[in-house]
Amino acid sequence: MISIKNVNKSYGDHHVLTDIHLEVPKSNVVALIGPSGAGKSTLIRTINALETIDSGEIIVNGISIHDKKTNINKARTNIGFVFQSFNLYPFKTALENVTMAPMKVKGLSKEAAEKRGKELLTQLGLGDKFDAYPGRLSGGQQQRVAIARAVAMDPEVMLFDEPTSALDPEMVKEVLDAIRSLANDGMTMVVVTHEMGFAKEICNDIVFMAEGKIVEVAPPSEFFTAPKTERAQEFLKAVLNH
Amino acid sequence: MLNYDFDWSVVADNWDVLMYGAWLTIKISAIALLLSLPIGIIFGLGRIAKNPVIRFISGAYVEIMRGVPLLVLLMWIFFGLGQVLNLDTYWASIIGLATFNGAFLAEIFRAGVQAVPKGQMEAARASGMTHLQAMRFIILPQAVRRIMPPSASQFIMLIKDSSLVSVIGGIDLTLRAKSLVASSFRALEVWTAVAVIYFVITFALSLIIRYFEKRMMDKEQ
Repeated sequence: MISIKNVNKSYGDHHVLTDIHLEVPKSNVVALIGPSGAGKSTLIRTINALETIDSGEIIVNGISIHDKKTNINKARTNIGFVFQSFNLYPFKTALENVTMAPMKVKGLSKEAAEKRGKELLTQLGLGDKFDAYPGRLSGGQQQRVAIARAVAMDPEVMLFDEPTSALDPEMVKEVLDAIRSLANDGMTMVVVTHEMGFAKEICNDIVFMAEGKIVEVAPPSEFFTAPKTERAQEFLKAVLNH
Repeated sequence: MLNYDFDWSVVADNWDVLMYGAWLTIKISAIALLLSLPIGIIFGLGRIAKNPVIRFISGAYVEIMRGVPLLVLLMWIFFGLGQVLNLDTYWASIIGLATFNGAFLAEIFRAGVQAVPKGQMEAARASGMTHLQAMRFIILPQAVRRIMPPSASQFIMLIKDSSLVSVIGGIDLTLRAKSLVASSFRALEVWTAVAVIYFVITFALSLIIRYFEKRMMDKEQ
């Protein structure tokens, strides 16, 4: 479903992504973990071309994302993206946030978009918040609206860039539950996260990055019990023993 | 103390003349305002365009217009451009005010758009919107809220600046007042009346804009 081949990117002398290869088969969930500055966010943002790449290729569902001939707007309708800082539209209600793209981009009727939007918000426990503006919602609620907004486009791939990092601790669970239920529905997902327990539970593979490189890829059962590389061993020691 | 006998009859007797002048001032300002809006939008967005040529041209326009005194600009348009295009004082006045005001609006619009957090554009683009759709549906509606208050000040400046068109013979409240003073020698009375009329016009505009601002805020929360 997602195929990343030999991707490189640098800002001047600073190599942010070096020789990245990664395959995410359909319905798989992959967590990108690693120390800050490892290039996790940059990498996930290249998958829907929010970031450019210098060389290599990224193919999502058969479409080469960074090819100049690709209609990137069309390709993006198939890739949901959830940001660390939610980025909801503050002047639109929760429901309007969700129906915006289906109506403007996919040309859905208002009725159809609202029906689907209400369904999604209700599923995510926001059945009483249709008309609330983002400023009146908690962080956890805002992030769930953002998830509904992305899912409303019926994408085949979902990307999460540190979806719980900006949340108060007591709100992390409700957002993780929402992501977990998407995973259970068979959505193909890439998640940048610092929630190790969550990664362990829902992911098919853990991708460990450091200094712009993918250092180790392994199923969680192996990665968390017997990491092969020294860099991953150091990282796990630091994050798990505190 | 001021040793002067006020005689307000000159104002009362020529009230219709002053009111007609006020009407002309409102008309010139309103047309100039409407023309300055697209100028402001085009050059304001031009200043943050990706294309460096468009950016340079827009930047040059804004800087030159802001650097040249309006009086000089009006002279130049009337005696220069006006001769080539055969403009009368009425249109030379309006074009002068519109191009001048447009440059200031461009800066206000640019700042308003840039004040919208970067994540808004990213979220819109990530959902499949084109740059133009994202601008229209997500960025500009938020920019407008930030643009309203400084634009209101700018519109009030425009109405007051419009008094300068009298130097090229643009017929407005100020020119009417000048000829009234010349014939009656009642400078203090006439100019005081003129000041009050300008104030009433600008204050009314202020109130109207405040009303719309408040309505927008109420809608959001």
